[in-house]
Amino acid sequence: RDFNERCAQCSEVNWGLTDGGRFYCRSCHNVTERTREVVNTDFITNSRVQTIAKGLRKQEKTDGDCEWYICEGFQLVLKKQVEALEALGVCPQMKDEILCNFWRCYLQKSKQAYCRRPAGETVKTLSVCESSTEVDSDPERPSLLHLLSLSESEGDLQTDCSIASSVSKVSESTSVYSGSVDGSLYLRKNQKEKLMMTMPMTLSFCYMALLWVREPITLSELLRFVVEGHIPYLNVFQHFPEKMKLCGLDLKIFCVESWPVYEEVFNKMHELAAFLDLPRFPDITESCFLHPDMLCMKYLMEANLPDELHNWTCRVVKKIGIGEVDFLTLTPGNKSTRKVKYDVLAAAVIVVVLKLLFLLDDHYEWLLSEFAEERNKNNPEVCMFYSGGPYFEFKKWYEVVKHSLDVEQKKLDEERAKHLWRCEKPLFYSVKNKSKVLKRRQMVVSLKNQFGKLSGSVQRAEKPNPSSFQLSWSEENTNGSCFHGHSLKGILQEKCGLLTVMNPDYWLCTVKLCNEKLCGHLAHYKEVEFPQSYHFVLRLFSFLLRIQPSYIHDEVCMIEHKLFNKKLCKKLKYNTVLRK
Amino acid sequence: SSNEHKLNFKKSKEACLNYIQDALLQKQWKRAAEFLTCYVEALEKDYSREHIGPSEMIWRIGTEILWHHSQSSMKEFNCFMEQMKTLGVKRYLKVCLEHVFHLLCNGQIDEAYQNLSLAESWRFGEQTAIQDKEMKLIQAYRGLLDYYSWSKQKNILLEQGEDGFSDLAVEQEMHGYFRKAAVNLKEIIKIPGVWDIFMKCYVDLLEFYGDHNEARQVLNEYAYNSKFPANPNAHVYLYQFLKRQGESKKSLISALKILHDIVPSHELMIDFNTMLQKSKKRKKRRLGLEVIFAALDYAGWKENAKAWSCLARQVKQIVISEKHLDWIKQEWNSRKDWWPAFHFSRYLAKRNWQENKSLSYEKALVAGILLGKDCKYFKYVSHQGCKAQLKRFRMLKRFVNKHSLVCLRISG
Repeated sequence: RDFNERCAQCSEVNWGLTDGGRFYCRSCHNVTERTREVVNTDFITNSRVQTIAKGLRKQEKTDGDCEWYICEGFQLVLKKQVEALEALGVCPQMKDEILCNFWRCYLQKSKQAYCRRPAGETVKTLSVCESSTEVDSDPERPSLLHLLSLSESEGDLQTDCSIASSVSKVSESTSVYSGSVDGSLYLRKNQKEKLMMTMPMTLSFCYMALLWVREPITLSELLRFVVEGHIPYLNVFQHFPEKMKLCGLDLKIFCVESWPVYEEVFNKMHELAAFLDLPRFPDITESCFLHPDMLCMKYLMEANLPDELHNWTCRVVKKIGIGEVDFLTLTPGNKSTRKVKYDVLAAAVIVVVLKLLFLLDDHYEWLLSEFAEERNKNNPEVCMFYSGGPYFEFKKWYEVVKHSLDVEQKKLDEERAKHLWRCEKPLFYSVKNKSKVLKRRQMVVSLKNQFGKLSGSVQRAEKPNPSSFQLSWSEENTNGSCFHGHSLKGILQEKCGLLTVMNPDYWLCTVKLCNEKLCGHLAHYKEVEFPQSYHFVLRLFSFLLRIQPSYIHDEVCMIEHKLFNKKLCKKLKYNTVLRK
Repeated sequence: SSNEHKLNFKKSKEACLNYIQDALLQKQWKRAAEFLTCYVEALEKDYSREHIGPSEMIWRIGTEILWHHSQSSMKEFNCFMEQMKTLGVKRYLKVCLEHVFHLLCNGQIDEAYQNLSLAESWRFGEQTAIQDKEMKLIQAYRGLLDYYSWSKQKNILLEQGEDGFSDLAVEQEMHGYFRKAAVNLKEIIKIPGVWDIFMKCYVDLLEFYGDHNEARQVLNEYAYNSKFPANPNAHVYLYQFLKRQGESKKSLISALKILHDIVPSHELMIDFNTMLQKSKKRKKRRLGLEVIFAALDYAGWKENAKAWSCLARQVKQIVISEKHLDWIKQEWNSRKDWWPAFHFSRYLAKRNWQENKSLSYEKALVAGILLGKDCKYFKYVSHQGCKAQLKRFRMLKRFVNKHSLVCLRISG
């Protein structure tokens, strides 16, 4: 892969490795004498290199289809994804050095390539979407229906059984259908042992690479870019080359019918890191984007909160030690440390700070707001001159932000309802239901046209440019809707030379944390049990990070328990308010 | 706001349907069309487990949008319906039928007829037997349109007859339509159901051609066969037919009995009471009183002068004869708590007097008898009437005063 000479025969620069370790040209199959120096002994010690390109080298079938393996498909997916990331501005090393190596390591560890094929795992050449086959019928081979029912899909492809079952009735003795060579094998394998690839897992790979390089993209941002279409995920298989026919069980693997879930991608990533036996990741230091101090600054800006709050977030971060390098840096395989969700953590810190300053019990914050309003009214010039900005009024902030949040949420909800899942490329299970699928597709297109015309002048909005900020507030607006420069003076006081809050109280979200390993959460969030201001703040960050409020609530609980650890140990009996 | 960040195909389409539903309810056709455009890809998935699948959804929603949208034409509508017919074999006849309804609403009778004929000739294996009911409906509606054509021919014939002409061709055509219509209409009314429109047409045909026996038979079946759902109109049609035939009061009365049971507030109750009042049989007269009281329990009758005059007449007659005062007492027993406020308030007295003197007269008579001469209503109206020097009000006052003792016995 570091070989950049042009091929003697076709002048292409498209090299692969043969079994013997020699370079060959992928375009014209010209084999050279150059051998590849073994660069990284970790990967290729004592093992026969089985290149992925092997499948493509096989004789192409007369109808132009080729044999391909599932992991080749995933490799293509990853390639597309990382190219998209590059287009977003991620450093180019990510593709060629980081992700590539991770991928190769994965292939080796999961014995899908770069290793001796384990005995007894011969992959029979299965029929490629043709009804007549030359394959011996294997009574042990599970039927199409059985395989489809294995996974707990919500009935998406399972319901297509009705189409498939009619097919399998006709040719019960033939093997299962898949365009790929090992589609059925892939689904059959015990998922836990070998960590088989799934579409969500491609995002885990991406995130892992991003984390390794310490790019300023959080997981929630990555997933948001996926949903917004900037990173291929939904119908990425349409970029597969024509020769790679996708049908049958391949659809189950590559067709996505739900958006990736934060938790799933996050957990998978850690599983993957451990599986690959990766060493400790590069340090996350104070100057890193992913450090809570940095992320808090970003989120404070996005939430339209005063910059002064940043001092407080830093104080909290320092006090509970979540800014430490060892806490933040990922060490795969270390099960004792809690895995860090950088974005959720930062959001939770802000929530805690808001609670510290404003209490957020549906009373105190409004009271403070009234005082601030009074002061602002009485001394407008004095305020501006001395403290650099008007007193921060919670009420005004709430109204402004709520309005924007509601508008954006409404837009988001509509987008979700209007989301189109299918792409231009139609999918079929087998040749038999191809005509039916095409007919349906025709009808869909015609109906779309008919009703599209009646939709009026509403055009489908162009994909918005990917942006890091979803809500933006300009200080130039004279209507006072930007609160960045506002002052917290009204709610702070000086005590012994230190600036502390006037609010003497604090309420804990929960007195006792749950056992995360047992029930999956540190606490259980029910909207009705908490003040509305608190819920609003959770809702705000829930929207920004595109995750459930309960995840943020969990982190808030965790932070609070760290913060008030001593007092908690002493006063376990008291249920509600603690004095600071 | 949706807190559900786990989004998949199914949920996404469910949400889409919600938006469509909202838009339809608010008659925002453009918006509904916009969301429907996003929904149609659901067709490519099989929802065989769901109660209503996407194809049916799209048919129903699409029909609504195309019917109401200002920019949609009949041509587009028809094209869409044809597509929908191919979408679901199990629904084929239903879609045809609904299409026909829309054509009829749009006045396209001929196209509707063509579609019905086409649908009638449709065959599709076992589906034909399964969709038997829909097929019968299609035939029935074709019969209906045949009746409509017959009716047109009949009118032409009648006009020509007046002018002295007689066109054999028109007559033949008319008979032809009759035959076609009769066959289909007869079939549908055999099946238990509510077939008012078919009944009316069929009976009309039978009467025209003089087959009164058949008419009587089907009307009786329609009204009295317990398999058929209770339908007040069945009794109305039977009654009207019998009346046209000049049947005896006895059979007319028996025809209206069940109607009174099902719909005591029916407008025919006046006719019913009138017949019953005049009957020689005591039981019938008793029933008459019950009928008219029951009718006036309903708010829709409050200002019906004719009804009040029926009641007034009967009650007056009873008071004069002093026989059967207990009838009035029985009827009044369950009403004395609420009728005074419902019918005989001072406010109503004023209003009735202003708006309708005859109504107030009849009501005052009833009030005076039931509540006595001191009741608000009677006092006000009779006072006003005497002031206006209207003779009948003076006589009313005299009557009630004369029979005040009797009235006392009633009001108890």
